Amino acid sequence: MNLYSLTIHELGEKLRRKEVSSTELTESVLKRIEDTDERLHSYITLCRESALAEANTADARLRANGPHGPLLGIPIALKDIFVTQGIRTTCASRILDNFVPPYDGTVVKKLKQSGAVIVGKTNMDEFAMGSSTENSSFATTRNPWNTDCVPGGSSGGSAAAVAADQCIASLGTDTGGSIRQPSACCGIVGLKPTYGRVSRFGVIAFASSLDQVGPMTKDVTDCALLLEAIAGFDPSDSTSLNVPVPSYAADLKKAPKGLRVGIPREYFIPGIQPEVDKSVREAIQVLAKGGIEVVEISLPHTEYAVPAYYIIATAEASSNLARYDGMKYGYRHPAVDLTQTYTKTREHGFGPEVKRRIMLGTYALSSGYYEAYYLKAQKVRRLIKKDFDEAFQKCDVLVTPTAPTTAFKIGEKTADPLQMYLSDIFTISTNLAGLPALSLPCGFDSRGLPIGMQIIGKPLDESTILQVACAYEQATDRHKKKPEL
Amino acid sequence: MAITKQDVRHVAELARLEFTPEEEDRLTEQLDKILRYMEKLNGLDTEAVEPLAHVGDIVNAFREDRVTNQAAMEPLLANAPDREGNLIKVPKIIE
Repeated sequence: MNLYSLTIHELGEKLRRKEVSSTELTESVLKRIEDTDERLHSYITLCRESALAEANTADARLRANGPHGPLLGIPIALKDIFVTQGIRTTCASRILDNFVPPYDGTVVKKLKQSGAVIVGKTNMDEFAMGSSTENSSFATTRNPWNTDCVPGGSSGGSAAAVAADQCIASLGTDTGGSIRQPSACCGIVGLKPTYGRVSRFGVIAFASSLDQVGPMTKDVTDCALLLEAIAGFDPSDSTSLNVPVPSYAADLKKAPKGLRVGIPREYFIPGIQPEVDKSVREAIQVLAKGGIEVVEISLPHTEYAVPAYYIIATAEASSNLARYDGMKYGYRHPAVDLTQTYTKTREHGFGPEVKRRIMLGTYALSSGYYEAYYLKAQKVRRLIKKDFDEAFQKCDVLVTPTAPTTAFKIGEKTADPLQMYLSDIFTISTNLAGLPALSLPCGFDSRGLPIGMQIIGKPLDESTILQVACAYEQATDRHKKKPEL
Repeated sequence: MAITKQDVRHVAELARLEFTPEEEDRLTEQLDKILRYMEKLNGLDTEAVEPLAHVGDIVNAFREDRVTNQAAMEPLLANAPDREGNLIKVPKIIE
């Protein structure tokens, strides 16, 4: 048995009992990365030296036997969207190729305080815009289950790294499914918390009213542990919620009996891969056998979520990305005057999908189109949120497929942006409504690719989502299967 | 057409972006397809619906104007594309 293949809670035990040291564990993970990352390209930047130094500090704390949390000495990977002091942070963009942040974001600070070891920064779609990690300016990450396939996106590097045991756990961000869809594609657990549950300070912004940070882990218990470590109010993020953080890991032990699961009929539609449909329906049966009541519900505005989302997200992105002008940090393309410097910097610094979205967002906000696109989309956003409010009168959580298909082939959707956007069809509604939602593995298709099911909860009710996920996980062994590399 | 090549040029100028003629053609076609898909929203009557910009109850987050971070001039300046001493050097703005 290799140390790198274990979970946070398994390793926590071993570290506490001094069966292993954080240094041994970190070396095991670094070796695993060295052996596999030439094939997978999960990482943009490796932090070998600082990771070993952090492991050494963790070992000293472990030897001192003082009080500590479950992350002490655990190697964790960060999506390259998290600002890390002294460690290059690129957002997978040429425009930030040489950016070395002078500060740590709040979640990074929290991880460091808990004694976690930061092993590296993972690959992603440039500025988190994409569903396949093919929009990275550096490399395309491969799916560990089949290296001809994408790992999903935008947090594809984080998902592949967890699935391939290149870290013990990881953090991603989710604006329209960017934690959950790659988690489904790579057969891991990924949670997008309630909007405001986790601070966004020091997370490079894509669409500020939708972005949220969350854990990507090997099982549900790890997901609860990692969420607990990063959640909470932060004065540096005025949209973070000033409410207490429950003990998610302790709450897992509560049995979810008597809960009601709602099945939205709009999420089981023709066009979805039959094996995905079948697998999620079987998972619902497993939950039903465990004493959970299943009710059919409706989210009538589901079909309007994708168009509304791509107006709102691109509008916010066009504004957020205006800051990349080549003046104070990042890439600058020398040109004859100021305007040309801005334009050439952005022309050469941004990749095609980022430019496409800036164009869409600028168009949607421009004079004469604002009401037809942006205002209309915001009204539809209200209707989508209302659908969920009404559904949650009848049930405690919703269960759906995470994505309409399993991982697709590299290159399959790059020529048609709209087809790529439709990969997010089951995940984006929850971002528009600000709700928490988790993806966990519930089976495999005939090609051996993982299938994910999504559990959506009420605002701030991550505990119930995790309980239902844990009940399913305990009733099956699907999360235990690993890709062969 | 939901969007023309002239629109694309105008929006590119607003966004401080530039495209080659081939890119302009491809982008016009792609944006047109996406925008026409978005027109699906017009099928919904939203006359009486209030727009929702943000799910949270956003209130002004007032705080005291005081320095909380440590001075870190060198790491900040180290990121500047061009500098002169402790200043960031930028292209000439005023003629």
